[in-house]
Amino acid sequence: MSPTLAEEGLTIPDAPAEPGEFERSLRATRESGRKLLVAYVTGGLHDEWPDVVRAVADAGADAIEIGIPFSDPVMDGPVIQEASELALRDGASPVTVLDTLRTIDAGVPLAVMTYYNLAFHMGHERFASLMYEAGVRAAILPDLPLEEVGPWASAADPAGIETVMLAAPTAPDERLPRVVARSRGFVYAVGLLGVTGERDALAESSLIIARRLKAITDKPVLVGVGVSNGEQAAEVSQVADGCVIGSALMRRVVAGEGPAGAGAFIAEVRAALDAS
Amino acid sequence: MSLPEPSSSGRFGEFGGRYVPETLVPACQELEAAFREAWADQSFRDELDGLLADYAGRPSPITECHRLSAELGVRVLLKREDLNHTGSHKINNVLGQALLAKRMGKTRLVAETGAGQHGVASATAAALMGMECKVFMGEVDMERQALNVFRMRLLGAEVVPAMSGSRTLKDAVNEAMRDWVGTVENTHYCLGSVMGPHPYPWMVREFHTVIGKESREQCAKLLENEIPDVVTACVGGGSNAIGIFSGFADTTAELVGVEPAGGAAVGRGVPGVVHGMKSYLMQDEFGQVQEAHSISAGLDYPGVGPEHSHLSSIGRARYEQVTDDEVIAAFQLLSRTEGIIPALEPAHALAWISRDRAKLAGKTVLLNMSGRGDKDVGQMMEILG
Repeated sequence: MSPTLAEEGLTIPDAPAEPGEFERSLRATRESGRKLLVAYVTGGLHDEWPDVVRAVADAGADAIEIGIPFSDPVMDGPVIQEASELALRDGASPVTVLDTLRTIDAGVPLAVMTYYNLAFHMGHERFASLMYEAGVRAAILPDLPLEEVGPWASAADPAGIETVMLAAPTAPDERLPRVVARSRGFVYAVGLLGVTGERDALAESSLIIARRLKAITDKPVLVGVGVSNGEQAAEVSQVADGCVIGSALMRRVVAGEGPAGAGAFIAEVRAALDAS
Repeated sequence: MSLPEPSSSGRFGEFGGRYVPETLVPACQELEAAFREAWADQSFRDELDGLLADYAGRPSPITECHRLSAELGVRVLLKREDLNHTGSHKINNVLGQALLAKRMGKTRLVAETGAGQHGVASATAAALMGMECKVFMGEVDMERQALNVFRMRLLGAEVVPAMSGSRTLKDAVNEAMRDWVGTVENTHYCLGSVMGPHPYPWMVREFHTVIGKESREQCAKLLENEIPDVVTACVGGGSNAIGIFSGFADTTAELVGVEPAGGAAVGRGVPGVVHGMKSYLMQDEFGQVQEAHSISAGLDYPGVGPEHSHLSSIGRARYEQVTDDEVIAAFQLLSRTEGIIPALEPAHALAWISRDRAKLAGKTVLLNMSGRGDKDVGQMMEILG
């Protein structure tokens, strides 16, 4: 007889009924009538990365995802791969990134985006509590789908870390509600079939997945993957509550545009969202 | 069936699982269902068996190595997977997966390859079945296995260098998974070993159980005791090893996997999660995956299939490590004594027998000769001068 999920320690705990701090902040911003903009910044990339985080916050990001670089980022395209490799070469680790994060008073909610092995290796409780102590309130682990999230979520929920689930265009209708129910902070709608990276035009699938999600949840629905500029951000936010911008921002940072360039780009996206 | 099915979550003990981006979860579920259904369907089995016999040349013989055995003081038998079409055991798995992909309505295969053997086998199956094929190969491996790159292109496959990280097998897997995330609707990921997310470790094992099944029958005729004392094979991801182990897991035969010292996931790794599975993994103090270093591109991998982690943790199999120098010596030894030039991968298993020959004295050892050495001759020519 095959063991049950409970016997394997894989039971998926129900998400707490009350929204956490991160989600409450996004909900409040949404209720003020503003479209949500979350920016992704690779932690540990060049010494100036804390200034990039501050600049992006000052330029109008409503929350920031800090990438803790991982050696094998399978959900990421070339730009974030390169940013991760450079940061790792500079000596970035979960400990150095989170330690530095404590000193950054960005004034907006912070999430961590990384891959599951870093949490698994350190131990779920310790990783969650280190994140919390660094001011992080949400986690995005793109290689930890619903079926595998149980052990992590059982540690993260009580530690005050909201685990954001990804919802993909490939999910059948019966699956989406279960993904949404387990998602905290917001629901990360994957805009297209593919890895992170800029695209010339917004994929039609972005609007479709956003519509499917908005029809079944009042949690904030943000579209990420393939949202590349202000125009695309505004277009997708006609349906979604907002978007996540990663590769387009990090391409500028990798190219050496620094905090000023990063801030200017986010200000541009902010303006496009506010004008829509 | 001597090795059991994984649990419903795809685990062998605590190892395995399905740690993939959400986009791929439905595809893995669909693949699991399709494989389960096909594997229970006699017409699918018959079609695959027909291909294995008439196209791949199965069954592969067992060769008794008289001169080698005399030199080592150990009776060595080789299961000759090197004599299969395309020169390695990899063909067993790709014919199965390509047939399954067609049955699922997929028109395109994507694959990773290390030494190029799985890439060549995938390109071959794609050519045979009229499917598109794209193979990712580490840039470093493309240089040391240029001949296989040419073979794949000749067979009509597109070969794309994996330029990130260590630019070897690990990175080729990353690139193949990234491709699949974007093309999952028409594409099957033809994974080359007993690794990755559920159902791959199980499915790929099942396609290779033919090695163990044949060996068991052949040994029953060949050996007075019917089973060898030891069954050994090299282990990178571990597909040829699990294939031959599967025939003897329910016997008293000792099962020994041989890893390269520079890529010894079981020997030197700790449990970790990468490439869709939880398994032993070489990693640094923070959980960053380390780069493997081996003379053999096919074993240059910091992880290992989850069932091997399980077999090690329950003590049913054990895992030895050999150095590049020991492998080079074994490569020459078999060539000289038996007229068989082995691939560098199975030369690892022979290197272990040779090193431990005193302990193995008088025993009968069955070694899975998983591939032939043609692809490695250029590299060895440089090393040996």
